[in-house]
Amino acid sequence: MNHAPVLVVLLPLLAALTSLLLPYRLAPWLFSGCLAGVGGLLIPLYQRLIATGVFRYRIGGWGWPLGIDFYLDGTGFIMLAMTWALLAGIGWYSLAYFRGRPAAAHFWPLLLLVWAALDNLFLTADVFNMYVTLELLGLLSVALIALAGTSDAFSAALRYLLAALGGSMCYLLGVAMIYSASGTLDWVFLRTVLTEGPRAAMALALVTAGLMLKSAIFPLHFWLPRAHANAPAPVSALLSSLMVKASFYIALRMWLWIFPGVLHTHVAGPLLGLLGAGAILYGSLLALRQDRLKLLIAYSTVAQLGYLFVFFALSMHPEDVTPALQAVVFFALSHAFAKAALFMGAGVVQRTLGHDSLDRLAGCAQRLPQIVFSFGVAGVSLIGLPPSGGFVGKYLLIDTAIRERQWFWAGVLAVGGLLAGAYVFKILARAMADGLSPTFAPHLASITAPSHVLPDGAPKAAGDTFPAPATVATGPTAPTEGPTTSFTPPTTSAPDPGISRHPTPAPPAAAISAAMTAVPAEAAPPDRGLVWSTWTLAMTAFLLGLLALHPLQMIAIGAPETGPRLPGSEILK
Amino acid sequence: MNWYKWLPVLMIASSAGPAIAIFFLAEESHGWRTLWNMLGAVLKIVLMGVLFYEVHLGREIAFHVPLMPGLTFKLHADSLSLLFAGLSTVLWFLTTIYAIGYLEHSPHRSRFFGFFSLCVSTTIGIAMAGNLITLLIFYEFLSLTTWPLVVHRGNPTSIAAGNRYLVYTLGGGALLLLGVVWLQTLVGEIDFVARGGLSALEAGTHNDLRLIFTMLVLGFGVKAALVPLHGWLPGAMVAPAPVSALLHAVAVVKAGAFGIVRVVYDIFGIEFCERLGVLEPLAGLAALTILFGSWRALTQDDLKRRLAYSTVSQVSYIVLGAAVFGPKATIGGIVHLVHQGLMKITLFFCAGNFAEELGLHRVSELDGVGRRMPWTMAAFTVGALGMIGVPPVAGFVSKWYLGWGALEAGMPWVIAVLALSSLLNAGYFLPILYAGWFAERTSPWPATHGAPFPGTSIHFPPDSPANMGGPSATETCANPPAKLPREPLMPPTRGKHRASHEAGAPTAIVFGSEGSPSVPGGLSPASTSTAAWEISPLLLAPPLVTAGLSLLAGIFAGSSFSPLYWARFIMMGEY
Repeated sequence: MNHAPVLVVLLPLLAALTSLLLPYRLAPWLFSGCLAGVGGLLIPLYQRLIATGVFRYRIGGWGWPLGIDFYLDGTGFIMLAMTWALLAGIGWYSLAYFRGRPAAAHFWPLLLLVWAALDNLFLTADVFNMYVTLELLGLLSVALIALAGTSDAFSAALRYLLAALGGSMCYLLGVAMIYSASGTLDWVFLRTVLTEGPRAAMALALVTAGLMLKSAIFPLHFWLPRAHANAPAPVSALLSSLMVKASFYIALRMWLWIFPGVLHTHVAGPLLGLLGAGAILYGSLLALRQDRLKLLIAYSTVAQLGYLFVFFALSMHPEDVTPALQAVVFFALSHAFAKAALFMGAGVVQRTLGHDSLDRLAGCAQRLPQIVFSFGVAGVSLIGLPPSGGFVGKYLLIDTAIRERQWFWAGVLAVGGLLAGAYVFKILARAMADGLSPTFAPHLASITAPSHVLPDGAPKAAGDTFPAPATVATGPTAPTEGPTTSFTPPTTSAPDPGISRHPTPAPPAAAISAAMTAVPAEAAPPDRGLVWSTWTLAMTAFLLGLLALHPLQMIAIGAPETGPRLPGSEILK
Repeated sequence: MNWYKWLPVLMIASSAGPAIAIFFLAEESHGWRTLWNMLGAVLKIVLMGVLFYEVHLGREIAFHVPLMPGLTFKLHADSLSLLFAGLSTVLWFLTTIYAIGYLEHSPHRSRFFGFFSLCVSTTIGIAMAGNLITLLIFYEFLSLTTWPLVVHRGNPTSIAAGNRYLVYTLGGGALLLLGVVWLQTLVGEIDFVARGGLSALEAGTHNDLRLIFTMLVLGFGVKAALVPLHGWLPGAMVAPAPVSALLHAVAVVKAGAFGIVRVVYDIFGIEFCERLGVLEPLAGLAALTILFGSWRALTQDDLKRRLAYSTVSQVSYIVLGAAVFGPKATIGGIVHLVHQGLMKITLFFCAGNFAEELGLHRVSELDGVGRRMPWTMAAFTVGALGMIGVPPVAGFVSKWYLGWGALEAGMPWVIAVLALSSLLNAGYFLPILYAGWFAERTSPWPATHGAPFPGTSIHFPPDSPANMGGPSATETCANPPAKLPREPLMPPTRGKHRASHEAGAPTAIVFGSEGSPSVPGGLSPASTSTAAWEISPLLLAPPLVTAGLSLLAGIFAGSSFSPLYWARFIMMGEY
């Protein structure tokens, strides 16, 4: 298993290429094979990391400075594991989502390529190689967004393409300057080779600007909400959970591993933090104002990315670097699970109700209990309440802020949590509002035995539970027990025959309008795979906080020893 | 490996396990749900007994799991946690019985009982938390598990109440989190130890500590409904009666009060608090809350809202006990944790029964109810007299010790507060008792069951308020009518009108039209109801038991099984 690092990249890459040659029905099988294979390869990587700490892998035996090396530390491994786990969840979901749809032919190869690119990114020690994977991820994302096939999606994809190209171009310029200043591209060595000066400063500025554009940090977030909200649900989940983390990961490497020894980054750190704070407040407030579920979740991503950048303001003291790094990587990890679950849940809502308008979610809690539950527990992680992963990340960030006596940041983090609470519970309150038809609520048990809740089963169930209302009620009744008619949203304002199921003498207008907003009962319950994959990811995010100890210890492996260079502190060479 | 160190975990699991099982049950599996509920409730009582026994044997019961670097998840059983956990366990058992009877035919029972059981698990977790971070985790979790119960009805009123509840609790939680993190950065991990562990800190940190104390108390004060953080509580009364009874009278508000008690005694230490000079402001706040709550209760016509304001006032007795420096006041405050729980849950059970059986929601409707439902009214009387502080009911014991403690501490103004509060208590409880026992009924009951138990179908007299959309009920509850009549969703076999009544929605189960064979509720209910119980035994037994317990706790206060004895035992450790 000495070649495990490169196999982790090669396996999905080869599978992607193979899947183009085989009938597309086989692609999910290839994907599953990859999951097993990469999962198996992560184990020896993990063992080696625990046993010997960080290590390098020379691709083809060339080694630095001729070849490209892979380098694995705890942060990298957590990112690899996160990619694996999320792709497992998203793949499970996509299996049901794309079943029998033509888009599946393109989706699986693209997904496998994304995987290969992400693994490469998290492993490589070469900043130019990072550029290549970054560019690749950008192009793949454009293709994935366009899979939705709507004109909104096309325009969002095009916007994204332009932003991504601009971002990578900036990054490439920065890398070029780094190379001209130092003669090497290996980020592990750059720290010792690069010298202080305007070129290094310029390079850092360019690289950071490019990465900020790509990770949609306020005020460069303009492309994100539309791109994430218009893509197909699994793609939204992928983009919001993993893709934005890729560029953040590079920023982390730059700011923590390369430049601290070179520049007085303590000046710029708080600036990035301020942008992060802006993102938290602005993103949350905009999320609150959305009336579409997917847009709300997308703006929540804008806000949550802010936390990642607040980190740069908090890692100012050498002794705080490791705790802050643990906090931010763990935060990114739990955000990935929570956000993927939210987007996947939104996909189920959209599939089932035919829309994702927040105002018409009434009755959702009865119709899609597991999905609303998933919204709840994933939302808890976004708010940062215990025992979720978000809580641990936020706790550690606040801990760092208070230890450094940076009250402003502690306040920003707390307020951010409250705003997240506001938009998460906005979704939940809408979904908990009563629809018309608890009878048709597919309860958790019913989902596992779908025959009870399928439309044709509904009349039976209703008849079993309720005595025919006409026999009890003395109000004017038209004995229409068939729920398929009862709960069809009336298209006109004329009293629907179904309303007379209620023994109300004259159905008030409110009842009719509520019936119109209620969930149409005839819609089939969502596929089990969609529901349970969402639920699993949400529960993972929720319970991650209880399993935090070991991942946090992992992240500390290979964490940089020193923080950003402070005036007067000696330069570590 | 000592098996008994798992007892706190088992205590939590004994209701969390059934909760998860119940979530997965279909709505119709009534039998299974009841089985799981009762299984969990009985198991928890048994475990509680074992736990008391083990602690009695002097065993150190603590369970640790590392949570984060430098932080431990710790559950333990000290005497204070046993007091609160014991209270929650016994009352959960009774409330489960009550809830099974109460929610027999309302929708979403699986969701309800699932979250209900989770809430109890969380409360036990709060009781058993061995350090501040564990307490914080369970405390925040309690906000999350109670929210679905507050919005359970799903109508605009309950959603609005739920939003209000969230604003308060999330805000309080954020403040608490900041305080906890700050304190941990000063002293590292904070275990609960008797007499606190902070007094060794140098004087330079004392200002920080005062600020932290304030943050922690305000964070916990949200749930304890300290004025001006009490705004969520009266609104949260839209929840079903068992929720009001257990959670908003016992678990949630007690969690806040318990948190404050922990902060004062086991984190800072009462003597250190006294040195910091933070006790007087806390006592002032508690006194203000006591008077304000009682004052507001006077003017409420809605029975549940009156009881809610009474809760606001009574819970602050516990805080007052913690804030007055002296062993007697400590005993009074801690024992009130139990006494208030027993008495208030009795009152809420009874209020639920009045609403359930006769559709009575307002104090002004209660005339003559004592003759129609004597047992329920008797239980209510015991609870109310206890709240006023009439011996021999338990409330007297609390007030006695609080007053004694205040004298001991040289704070005679507390006596005045207690006296004034008792006067106000009498002012809002005695009219209810008078109306219930002595007033003549002149109008028909707003709604009554044709055959109370087991009923078949209900009919409202055409002219009853319920039939007219219940404008009176809706206005006084300050609850706008729900948009939808919900009742058609419920099987009308033994149709219950409480759902809409509590939410203030117009009732619309069966409208007695002219000439329908409806049984007039009115003045002659005896013809149909005296034959059976005045209400289902499932609903009658819990208030009778809790009323009996409040009496026993008062009469046998001197015995070694009483809450008072236990509170005295706790006090010994703190001074």
